Amino acid sequence: MTVIYNKINQIIGPLVFLENKHSVQYGEVVNIIMNNGESRNGKVVRLNEEVILIEIFEDTKGISATNSELFFTNDTFKLNISKDMMGGTFNSLGKPIDIETKKLLKVDIIPEVRRDINGIPINPFARIYPNNVIQTGISGIDGLFTLIRGQKLPIFSGQGISHNELAAQIVTQAKVFTDESFLIIFCGIGIIHDEAISYIDKFRMSGNVQNIISFINFADDPVMERLMIPHVALTTAEYFAFDKDMHVLVVLIDMTNYAEALRELSLAKEEIPSRKGYPGHIYSDFARIYERSGLIKGSKGSVTQIPILTMPNDDITHVIPDTTGYITDGQIVLSRDLQKKEIYPPFEILASLSRLMKDAIGEDNTREDHSDVSSQLIASYSYALDARDLVSIVGEESLNAEQRSLLKFADVFEKTFLNQSIEENRSISETLDIAWKVLSYLPKNKLNRIHKKYIEKFYQRG
Amino acid sequence: MIKSKIKNLGTISEINGSLITVKGLEKIVRLHDLIKVKKYNIIGEIIQIYSNRINIQCFENTEHLKLNEKVIYLEEPLSMELGPGLLSNVFDGIQRPLDKIYELEKSGFIKRGIDIPSLSRDKKWDFKPLKKINDILNSGDVIGIVEENPTISHYILVPPGIEGKLVYIREEGEYTVLEDLYKVNIKGNAQNFNMIQKWPVTKNRPFYKKLIPKEPLITGQRILDLLFPIVKGGTVAVPGGFGTGKTVIQQSLAKWCSADIIIFIGCGERGNEIADVLQQFAKLIDPRSGRPLLERIVLIANTSNMPISARESSIFSGITIAEYYRDMGYDVTLQADSTSRWAEALREISGLLEEMPAEGGYPAYLPSRLSSFYERAGIIETLGKDNLKNNKIGSLTVIGSISPPAGDFSEPITSNTKRFVQTFWALDAELAYEKHYPAVNWLESYSNYPRYIRDWWSKIDLNWPEIEFDWFDCRAQINEILSRENELKNMTQLVGQENLPEEQQLDIFIAKIIKEAILIQNAFDDIDAFTGPIKMIALIKIILLLYRESKKLLEEDFYVKDIRGLNIIEEILRIKNTIPNEEVEKIGIIKDNLMNELKSLKRIHGVIGK
Repeated sequence: MTVIYNKINQIIGPLVFLENKHSVQYGEVVNIIMNNGESRNGKVVRLNEEVILIEIFEDTKGISATNSELFFTNDTFKLNISKDMMGGTFNSLGKPIDIETKKLLKVDIIPEVRRDINGIPINPFARIYPNNVIQTGISGIDGLFTLIRGQKLPIFSGQGISHNELAAQIVTQAKVFTDESFLIIFCGIGIIHDEAISYIDKFRMSGNVQNIISFINFADDPVMERLMIPHVALTTAEYFAFDKDMHVLVVLIDMTNYAEALRELSLAKEEIPSRKGYPGHIYSDFARIYERSGLIKGSKGSVTQIPILTMPNDDITHVIPDTTGYITDGQIVLSRDLQKKEIYPPFEILASLSRLMKDAIGEDNTREDHSDVSSQLIASYSYALDARDLVSIVGEESLNAEQRSLLKFADVFEKTFLNQSIEENRSISETLDIAWKVLSYLPKNKLNRIHKKYIEKFYQRG
Repeated sequence: MIKSKIKNLGTISEINGSLITVKGLEKIVRLHDLIKVKKYNIIGEIIQIYSNRINIQCFENTEHLKLNEKVIYLEEPLSMELGPGLLSNVFDGIQRPLDKIYELEKSGFIKRGIDIPSLSRDKKWDFKPLKKINDILNSGDVIGIVEENPTISHYILVPPGIEGKLVYIREEGEYTVLEDLYKVNIKGNAQNFNMIQKWPVTKNRPFYKKLIPKEPLITGQRILDLLFPIVKGGTVAVPGGFGTGKTVIQQSLAKWCSADIIIFIGCGERGNEIADVLQQFAKLIDPRSGRPLLERIVLIANTSNMPISARESSIFSGITIAEYYRDMGYDVTLQADSTSRWAEALREISGLLEEMPAEGGYPAYLPSRLSSFYERAGIIETLGKDNLKNNKIGSLTVIGSISPPAGDFSEPITSNTKRFVQTFWALDAELAYEKHYPAVNWLESYSNYPRYIRDWWSKIDLNWPEIEFDWFDCRAQINEILSRENELKNMTQLVGQENLPEEQQLDIFIAKIIKEAILIQNAFDDIDAFTGPIKMIALIKIILLLYRESKKLLEEDFYVKDIRGLNIIEEILRIKNTIPNEEVEKIGIIKDNLMNELKSLKRIHGVIGK
């Protein structure tokens, strides 16, 4: 029997308080129908003998103590998922929308399955250690911080740095080497309308739109939706990966907006804040998102995540990047300095790392020289940066020949290896060939991280 | 019977996340005992008792629960099942076997309410009795032996608190863990025992007495064994921001340290990391036994997305299993990665209880919980005797890693942990950026153990005639050189190294050799990954010899650049990854060559008449 309420005791932000008169379930979904015909959804987040506390997913504007009827659905929130979603754009609750007008489309997805969006933890014993590459066509990533199926590799950016272009480029170019099916899920969290339109437009132009599912939560959508959308996207991803054996790459942008929403809601619930007002459970909340990636025994598919976040004030020690970095399998940091030098994508080489690449690259996966080349590029670039610092103190004249060749190397490395156009899609082999051209600015005997046989095979006098 | 059942039932009166409030049980329950939500099979722990209600922290998700649902009081606290079958296994934070869950569920996910015994009920173990009927038994005595795997013998011990005459014992044969094995007459009552002991996780297992540590736990990591050693039975904290190589250090220790048994707790960490550990340890061959390393390891995995209350328990679950093997007389190492995630679980639960927070939002009882964990380490004489009637000595070493927010060591977990540990390995982001691994900062780290283990090192010393210092003195000298180099750092940047006096240039030069030849170590290089104690002594001594002789040369008006030009230096730098531990005599040859080169240097300059 459905429980119906028509009187609300209190409304504070996204929280609605009811007097507890009926037996309802913890986590149960509530439909709220206002007398002007509008409807909202919410779920039970606290239950005691006096009060039922409901978090409303959407906007609480317009709800009054007496103008609404609340229907308890006797179930937790379930997402409808179907193969028909491929190529489509959806809101935070998985409903199809029109991106230009933000309106709901009048079509409904006929579900193949209905899934709880909170997911169930993956059994660590059932995990397979990831070791297959996803090619993004971007030299910096493929060459130096290779993305691995089942990895969660975040991108730490800042306001005004070109992460939107980068995200779109990854979505349109990413591919696996095998002919297994590959799906990309784009999840926009609190992004502005202009950006959203531009993303979807790029996806349509790419010719690959049938393999992309987009979930968009706009910047002016209510906070509760912001907290749900990553789970909606990942529930969809898990279905295609583990039920349909597809490789799924999920791009989440911008996790900072998720964290802000978390803080807003936490403070509204009067929870005790920890660092900078963020709740103490932010680590667990992030983990519940990021850990929904990986490979599982008995299933051919995989879920890979690229969460993108903007570091407040470019501060990598801020709660959001700091907490993320502890959970994820590495991080790619974008640099404002390189951005100013018009290098795209502007990777901050020394602060970036892909933890899972060491076992997944090389002869059978990418190319035999990959590991040595990437370690040499990073090492030499790091020496070159020292030399650059020196120039600013003592001037270029007093450098020795070795230091000069390093400076030259660093310039060419930034301009030809890192730098590429937004449309340019390089194969890993092309990336490594460019790397060798760049390395050829250094004398052979300085390539001490590369095995002699590769030097003989690939080194070219530049 | 029916009556008592009703007495054990309560009803839910509030649900707030994983915290539920129950009425009707408040008069009969004990704090920290377990309850079960009947309908969904969810286990919880009683964490507060009020006059009219109790608060319960559930180990699993509480969705779909309703008010007034029935809750059963289980009348016992969270306990570990201790017996054969722990090794090579992976458990979650409340000792549910993850491999069995996977088999049972036929899916890669952990559903709610799975009830599965920790140790296999079907597996038969080959039990060999070591006691006879009418023997008098004391707590901790070895009553029999089970070969748990080809590497480790599992001693079946008389449980703590049990004393009496053995009235029955099975013959050698195959038994499951639940079959009665022996019977003890305890003050006139005969009681049956099987292989399993149940032990509450928050209660320390008793021992006869604590001993003073005298033996180092060799890690094979040069910077640790030389500068910041630990002992068998010691405590260590390893703090480090992300990307500083905490995990690699923990894994290297698990692979190489001189313990018999390793308990590895993945507490709130990455799932892929656990997959990595499992895959690696199953493949790796233990150099001592020639068998898979996994045979000496118990893994506890409660990844960051698994329920927080089980994460909170995982640390104590692990240490209870560790104490059990210690009581058999083994050297056990417990590695917890990371205690910060454990403390955060504590903070989350405390937040749900609306307790008054102390620093950083952590509860005020954080320090006392930390001490109740680290204080369970130590080297001890156990209760009871082994089969030859000898005392058993066992040790439990605790290595806890810390993930300080923003790599800031002044935060509450790091600063409180420092109060309870004797060794502190500070991992440093700057060193990690420079690819200096292990990124242990030698200025911030410390160890209180060197004086305890001086004698041990003296016994294995090489006794080269050219150099008289022992390990302890070598260590002091190396420390001195490194700290002098640090003082000179600023000066060098201002005036340039060439403009320093020769003696200071020598300090900087030797410090650089120490860093390259000793401190930096490649965990992925076959030879470099583990340095045995003898090789390390040889390596340190050769460098200190170079230092002492160079100083003499400077007094004879030689320059540092003369010394830098010696061919032998390149060879010294390559000792770490070219000379295996078994071929230490080769280092002796390099030492002789060093002395010869120094002599010929004098001769040449003598001819030129400098």
